[in-house]
Amino acid sequence: MKIHEYQAKEMLASYGAPVPRGIPAKTVDQAYEAASKFGSCVVKAQVHSGGRGKAGGVKFAETPEKARSVAEAMLGMKLITKQTGPEGKIVRQLLISEAVDVEREFYLSITGDSERAGLVIVASAAGGTEIEETAKEHPEAIVQIPVSVIEGFKSYQGIRAAEVLGLEGDLQKQLISLLGKLVKLYLEKDCSLVEINPLVQTTDGKLLCLDAKVNFDDNALFRHPELAPMRDINEEDPKEYSASLSDLNYVSLDGDIGCLVNGAGLAMATMDIIKNFGGSPANFLDVGGSATTERVKSAFEIILSDGNVKAIFVNIFGGIMKCDIIAEGLVQATRDMGLSIPVVVRLEGTNVDLGRKIIEDSGLAIIAASDMADGARKAIAAAKGVKA
Amino acid sequence: MSIYVNKDTRVIVQGITGKQGAFHTEKMLEYGTAVVGGVTPGKGGQKLLDVPVFNTVYDAVKNTGANASVIYVPPKFAADSIIEAIDAGIQIIVCITEGIPVLDMARVKHYLDGSSSRLIGPNCPGIITPGQCKIGIMPGYIHIPGHVGVISRSGTLTYEAVKQLSDRGIGQSTVVGIGGDPIRGTGFLDCLKAFEADPETCAVVLNGEIGGSGEEEAASFIRTMTKPVAAFIGGQSAPAGKRMGHAGAIISGGKGTASGKIAALREAGAEVAMTPDQIGASLVRALEKRGIRPSEL
Repeated sequence: MKIHEYQAKEMLASYGAPVPRGIPAKTVDQAYEAASKFGSCVVKAQVHSGGRGKAGGVKFAETPEKARSVAEAMLGMKLITKQTGPEGKIVRQLLISEAVDVEREFYLSITGDSERAGLVIVASAAGGTEIEETAKEHPEAIVQIPVSVIEGFKSYQGIRAAEVLGLEGDLQKQLISLLGKLVKLYLEKDCSLVEINPLVQTTDGKLLCLDAKVNFDDNALFRHPELAPMRDINEEDPKEYSASLSDLNYVSLDGDIGCLVNGAGLAMATMDIIKNFGGSPANFLDVGGSATTERVKSAFEIILSDGNVKAIFVNIFGGIMKCDIIAEGLVQATRDMGLSIPVVVRLEGTNVDLGRKIIEDSGLAIIAASDMADGARKAIAAAKGVKA
Repeated sequence: MSIYVNKDTRVIVQGITGKQGAFHTEKMLEYGTAVVGGVTPGKGGQKLLDVPVFNTVYDAVKNTGANASVIYVPPKFAADSIIEAIDAGIQIIVCITEGIPVLDMARVKHYLDGSSSRLIGPNCPGIITPGQCKIGIMPGYIHIPGHVGVISRSGTLTYEAVKQLSDRGIGQSTVVGIGGDPIRGTGFLDCLKAFEADPETCAVVLNGEIGGSGEEEAASFIRTMTKPVAAFIGGQSAPAGKRMGHAGAIISGGKGTASGKIAALREAGAEVAMTPDQIGASLVRALEKRGIRPSEL
């Protein structure tokens, strides 16, 4: 789960990490009022995406009046960043942040390290830019410091980071203290990323988290009910959001062949084979191991809500999932929703004969496929409007 | 022969009275697996399908002599179940549960490292030595006993690969689903080493996917192996930065791409299938390159 910058900063502040004063605003008036408290300020678009500055989503305002006009232009605008893709994201909220005098910028983050089954602190003296770019162009400028999930943060790890960032004396102490707080936050709230980019040194010698990104492990949300209100569904793909409500794993893509598959590995492989044979998958969709008729139906609804879909490929290898259950779900969904586009079905595994018979007996115009390759070819042909 | 499990493996089911646990206990018994006990706290003394239920893994081991366990408990309790099995001295722990918090698995992994237990999974279909022992949720009937080892991060894609082998009359020594999570007990490398050492395994099929670096590590070992390896990597068409169902299946910071893994495996001498329908055919090619006819396996 992702949260907004203003929420991340509130969370950092609650752990005692230094953040600039800031006030979230949903209207122009709120923005003006907030700016009046600071004099000069920075108006920041609150969308779940990096690269906001370059896209025009972060602007300096010398006066509250200027902040008002910046907010007017920014609220409701479609922000197109490198990460949002061409469809962009609508700006619904702003963070009015006190302006600070910056001397130096750094990059600092904590993330999981699955190889060591631990955490890793990533620090670089090249702040403000994306870490991926620094990693590509100046890998030597980045240091990765492992942290144990059992032992937690140790001050020597902070000293190492400070050396890389060129921080000495009191600034080194500030960094060690900050890192301790960030690791504590990461471990206590089951984060998957805590990123401060940039971390700045102000002209009066203070470290400050000028921007903040905090992501959480979805699997651990059950033990953090306090985080639930922070979810902003406006920031999620509407199809992916409704899929998540039905416990379906769905990822929206830009092709024209809808895919309904059981199992994540097979779902990925199904996209691959479509692409390899010259077609284009519209989505990744894993209905899971214990799909019911209702889930199959919601899967169909979500696939069909994508206007680009011209054909659907159902690829099922029944293990726990019996083919007759899938077939019944399919037939029912097709009857209830009156499918207007071709559906190609490949069934294999437990109760496959029963499943095939149900589809045959239904009299519905479902195209049967003998195996995965046959199904992929038929779906590609159907999407093009030709017979395979 | 086989790796990790065989006809002498004695299995207990953690979470045996749950819906999943009960269903798959029945399927495992049908397959002929020696399911000797089950564990559900508070239900000790009951029986399910004639299998005795105990309150703790410790009790189950003491009374049945079990040396393996399979875990079907919900994600919030799964880490504790693994730790309980480690403490009871279980040798092979298979965790089917999907959705365990990453930090829980990180802590479990450290505990595991200091023990003599082997964990398979989590978020996996389990492990099967065809004709001898099935621990997990895979459909037993698609497997036939034989001499090809299979390792996979996926469930249904594993079934796909196994079926392609069985359809060609190629049997399997052991099929291991290592799971789709970023932190797992047993990796590709562990299984490859075990298969290389297993006299009954003649070749290996490896099903990888995007994310992590397990396939790259596997490639550096494949280079030194005497047995042929065929491979498939799922997620060639997956966009970067998006998690594809499995928690571990994500390309981040330009790392974990399918093309990188395919190149590493090819360079190590593995026969890589470009589409999932070619997994069986790739293994046949890998064998033929060594002058082995599949029918001679």
